Amino acid sequence: MPSRRRALLAILLLALAGLASIAVALAAGSLAASAADVLAALGGGEATMAAEVVRELRLPRALAAFACGGLLALAGALMQVLLRNPLADPYVLGISGGAAVGALSAMLAGLPLLLVNGGAFAGALAATLLVFGLARGDGSWTQTRLLLTGVIVAAGCGAVVALILSVAPDNRLRGMLFWLMGDLSHAITPWPALVLLALGLAVALPASRDLNLLARGELAARALGVPVPRLRPLIYLLAALATATAVTTTGAVGFVGLVVPHLVRLAIGNDQRVLLPAAVLAGGALLTLADTLARTIVAPQQLPVGVLTALIGVPAFLYLLARSPRGGGA
Amino acid sequence: MTAPLLSARDLEVSIGSVRVAAGLSFDLAAGERLAVLGRNGTGKTTLLATLAGLRPAEAGSVRLCGGSYEELGGRQAARLRGLLPQRHHDAFQSTVLETALTGRHPHLGRWQWEGGEDERIAREALAAVDLAGLGGREVHTLSGGERQRLAIAALLAQRPRLYLLDEPLAHLDLNHQVAVLELFSRLAREAGAGVVMVLHDINLALRHADRALLLFGEGRALEGPAPEVLGAESLSRLYGHPLRELRDGEARFIIPVDGAAAPAPPARR
Repeated sequence: MPSRRRALLAILLLALAGLASIAVALAAGSLAASAADVLAALGGGEATMAAEVVRELRLPRALAAFACGGLLALAGALMQVLLRNPLADPYVLGISGGAAVGALSAMLAGLPLLLVNGGAFAGALAATLLVFGLARGDGSWTQTRLLLTGVIVAAGCGAVVALILSVAPDNRLRGMLFWLMGDLSHAITPWPALVLLALGLAVALPASRDLNLLARGELAARALGVPVPRLRPLIYLLAALATATAVTTTGAVGFVGLVVPHLVRLAIGNDQRVLLPAAVLAGGALLTLADTLARTIVAPQQLPVGVLTALIGVPAFLYLLARSPRGGGA
Repeated sequence: MTAPLLSARDLEVSIGSVRVAAGLSFDLAAGERLAVLGRNGTGKTTLLATLAGLRPAEAGSVRLCGGSYEELGGRQAARLRGLLPQRHHDAFQSTVLETALTGRHPHLGRWQWEGGEDERIAREALAAVDLAGLGGREVHTLSGGERQRLAIAALLAQRPRLYLLDEPLAHLDLNHQVAVLELFSRLAREAGAGVVMVLHDINLALRHADRALLLFGEGRALEGPAPEVLGAESLSRLYGHPLRELRDGEARFIIPVDGAAAPAPPARR
């Protein structure tokens, strides 16, 4: 059992990393912003050009990146517990596939950004409802049925996405590809993601010891007094909403939702009371950092952020896995 | 007179097309041990889940210490009765001590963390099943028998008054089979615990149960004092295989008759 002190230390360190990632995101860019500019922008001080850029462009984008990284990591951690499968990620039930169909259809029709985001959200929810409706079957959702249905719905969405890509005019293709890999230039406002992240933590943290038991099996959890029939739909709903919001804001950023919970689990164990907040902070920091790199390393060109999350995350994950005495049981 | 630990009235239980119990009624008082015997697939696990309040009965009622499970609520019920499931899932890494500590869940407040007292109880439970000193081991590295004893330790750490054990002897070697049964017998004798256990070993049931419940399938059941219910005749009928009784002074043994395998009645499904 990780002691509370060790848990608090890990969370404190990750919180500092999160703050540092946001600071870097505010300062870095083609227009260099000094610490004074950043502080002026945040404190509402004198409106220099740099302060303006920081406040109007970089701050919303950094916050959106942090919130969406946190949401994806939270949703991934919750899905892994609910499906009792360490390979689960936020997209495993077809949410990103549905969102992609919605967003790309809107792009194909030449709709404005707001409707593209709306299409993504509607598609994500439609896919979720479809999966849960189809997997219901004989009245109970088993993990296997849900997973299989999710995989099949995702495959169907993948086919529709391929169809859209193949008929799309060339000038829209690049935007579509970026959306599919995750791209924060679509992020209009960070607020929905931030609000949902706060709400999600407020729902999940009080239930985190219940989730510890649920990860060990439904029957054992219920025998210990965990209200599984009430808790599980609530957590599925939370994970689906978190994923839909993140995907709507940033496109289908891969990797964060699968690997961040694993990274945290390898480092500090599988106690959800520590893992959930730690994964949120780590996911937020990772996506913020990745997005900053994505818009700076080949500036003025921007790279899709999903490429960067994978390029940062894969070596970090492999390093921790090789170092871990616990081996592949994570 | 205080209410019995567990009381079943006119219980109707079925799963799929299998009728497990029909009009089953019995009481279990504090300090009593009830062995449940039956063939594979007769619904012993389902009955245990129903008695644990984790599965609704088609009809009839189950009361725990005088209250229904709705009245008690999940948390209060978990302080009164514990269930040893037949299967243990370890999808994620966890240490032996962490796993034993799961039993403390119903005793902790929502924001409360396991404290020194909980850890002491968990370590005591590990020692009781011969796992002392393994607290830091990963669950994945345990053998089948060690994993089973760990599940029993988690149940002991829960400290319920009624223990519902689904095949507690699975995977255990002979000495640990006897040790586990003696452990629960001691809990019944000294702490007034009630024990309901699904067993497949007739002779261990004869020694470690006060009462026995035989599930014949099709809802037919026989419940009563173990020495009366566990006879060669009724057990031959139960298992569809001729059995005979041997005596050694006071001790009775029931063993299968060799080479006389009666054709088993077709399994229902």
